[in-house]
Amino acid sequence: MKLKQKRMLPPKVFSPALTALATLVAGIGVLAGTLRAAEYPTDKVNTTGLAVTDTEVVVGQLHSATGTMAISETGSIQAEQLAIEQINAMGGVLGRKIKIIVEDGASDWPTFAEKAKKLLVNDKVASVFGCWTSASRKAVLPVFEKENGMLYYPTFYEGLEQSKNVIYTGQEATQQIIAGLDWMAKEKKAKTFYLIGSDYIWPRTSAKIARKHIENVLKGTVVGEEFYALGHTQFGSLINKIKLKKPDVIYAIVVGGSNVSFYKQLNAAGITSDKWNLITISVTEDEVLGIGGDNLVGFYSAMKYFQSLDNPNNKVFVEAFKKKYGEKSVIGDVTQAAYLGPWLWKMTVEKAGSFDVDKIAAASAGIEFDKAPEGYVKVHPNHHLWSKLRIGQWQTDGQARVLYGSELIEPDPFPKGYQ
Amino acid sequence: MLAYTASELYSITLMQGFAGLSLFSVLLLMALGLAIIFGQMGVVNLAHGEFMALGAYTVYLCSEIVQNHLPALAPYYFIIAVVIAFFTAGLAGLLVEWSLIRFLYKRPLDTLLATWGLSLIMQQGFRLIFGGREVTPVLPGWLMGSFKPTDGIDIPINGVFVMGLTLLLTFGVWLFMYRSHMGLQMRSTVQNRVMSGAVGINTRLVDRFTFCLGCGIAGVAGAAFTTIGSTGPDSGSRYIVDTFLVVVFGGTASLIGTIASAFGIAQAQSILEFFLEGTAGKVAVLMGIIIVLMIRPQGLFPSKIRS
Repeated sequence: MKLKQKRMLPPKVFSPALTALATLVAGIGVLAGTLRAAEYPTDKVNTTGLAVTDTEVVVGQLHSATGTMAISETGSIQAEQLAIEQINAMGGVLGRKIKIIVEDGASDWPTFAEKAKKLLVNDKVASVFGCWTSASRKAVLPVFEKENGMLYYPTFYEGLEQSKNVIYTGQEATQQIIAGLDWMAKEKKAKTFYLIGSDYIWPRTSAKIARKHIENVLKGTVVGEEFYALGHTQFGSLINKIKLKKPDVIYAIVVGGSNVSFYKQLNAAGITSDKWNLITISVTEDEVLGIGGDNLVGFYSAMKYFQSLDNPNNKVFVEAFKKKYGEKSVIGDVTQAAYLGPWLWKMTVEKAGSFDVDKIAAASAGIEFDKAPEGYVKVHPNHHLWSKLRIGQWQTDGQARVLYGSELIEPDPFPKGYQ
Repeated sequence: MLAYTASELYSITLMQGFAGLSLFSVLLLMALGLAIIFGQMGVVNLAHGEFMALGAYTVYLCSEIVQNHLPALAPYYFIIAVVIAFFTAGLAGLLVEWSLIRFLYKRPLDTLLATWGLSLIMQQGFRLIFGGREVTPVLPGWLMGSFKPTDGIDIPINGVFVMGLTLLLTFGVWLFMYRSHMGLQMRSTVQNRVMSGAVGINTRLVDRFTFCLGCGIAGVAGAAFTTIGSTGPDSGSRYIVDTFLVVVFGGTASLIGTIASAFGIAQAQSILEFFLEGTAGKVAVLMGIIIVLMIRPQGLFPSKIRS
């Protein structure tokens, strides 16, 4: 039961002239679609037995609609569906309408692997838009490589990975972590850092990369490094330790539902932005919706996208998103990166002239998308995206004020000296 | 180690002590309801966590109603919401006892299975009604922030609230169990059901009431936890393990045991989390509990009943 859902229905107008016009336009659209499809006969564009017909192509969506990650992944599900709806309204891909098969990973990594196999082997989808945590991606990676599928993965992550079968539309560590640390060190003259994260691969690897950068490049010190299980809610002892060690910067990599407890308890314990610096790489507008802007006000996030970004693409995107999902919806970094997935896939398929995974894997390098809400992105041969890093400061209304935007950063998932 | 002034060390010790007490009250609040149900009645209620989640969702619903229709009530609604949560969970307990549990009193393994199934049904029910995402009620202003007796000490107000609530509830339960007529009936039914029936106690009604009370307390626990963290459909499953741990460790059928075990586990976990790190602290506590239970399987304070 959604307690607040105000939908504005369009006025009903059944005038004959309007109906005739609408039919004409629809007819032209259908004609255009079938003409395009005729240009690309199925046996030419699909030589590997994917679920492609003359009028339809099937793709898969694999996110956590339930469990502790639902708070974060729901936005990705919505963004991908919005993008696919918009693409279908424009005629689809190679004249074929996109049909989605939606699966729920339920915040459980073995379930992700199982559903991935089902989508690739049983449903033979042409592409999958999915995953959020690195744990879920690591669980499905062997499946995608064995069954030769293509995954569009939207989350900022630790890097140290590259696969022919994955396009990473989120930032990797050097783009997000390193640039963020540099900004903190310069702006706040920070020398000591306390690293806190959830206990799985992404926070641990990120902390390792952060530590190397802090110690070797910034010549600072890491005064504490701790990890707590996903879903953990009692941070009393940790907060006492933070007060004891008095770091210049708290570097938080807490993921999912735990964020709510963590920031509430920080706030209750008096750790607020007037006396403390906190930068996080795991809190977007989605998490702030659950945490409450008041608990986070003045803290920073390092992301490539914020809903408050001021550019024409973003205005159009935010408006379309709110129109479909309600005025109160929020859009975080991963949601936007998820939105890029279907568009990049469409452009790659059209460039390759085929749905075959091998062909689109080869055609991905160099694809440019200048209608991205974050601005402009380009796919690198290593299947990551050139993108900018922004630093946002959280306000009480749950939006971020963007304080800094970098130049386009080249993705480097295997940086020397950080492994 | 950096050098600390004496006053800093004093502040830190005080706050760490408070963190331990805070955790103690959380564990006790969770375990109180289960101690009554499992301890007194021998019913293994695996849905206990879901009753806590029910209490939490009740508070969330009250919050939504107040926000949308009665904004004038906003600063006061929370206490009322907690009371409503007690009755909601209690009523739900009544329904469950009447429809499910009362057929299974002589079959402990079957109650295990049945209540586990119930917990799945309740979880999915929450998911269907409230959605898969986690929710938080809007907390009143007086619950946020902290006391600052001196510059270094920050006592979170919601921690004090939970501790106060736990104290009240524990005292209330003790008063009820050991000083009231109904409590006497409950204790006698637990100790010797046949004789209690023979002296005219309606054991069926007593069982029903006991179960309701336990569920009601669980509802209050869930309501209190909305001040600490968010609530999702599977929040219950996160609480249930710690709850059973506390009850079994303390010795079932013993209120003192529950209190002592909650205190012991909370302090141990708090201190170990401080010196070790995060997950390592929890591991150490669990290992400790395993060792103690291996030596003394009946728990810390088993009640001495001639059986």
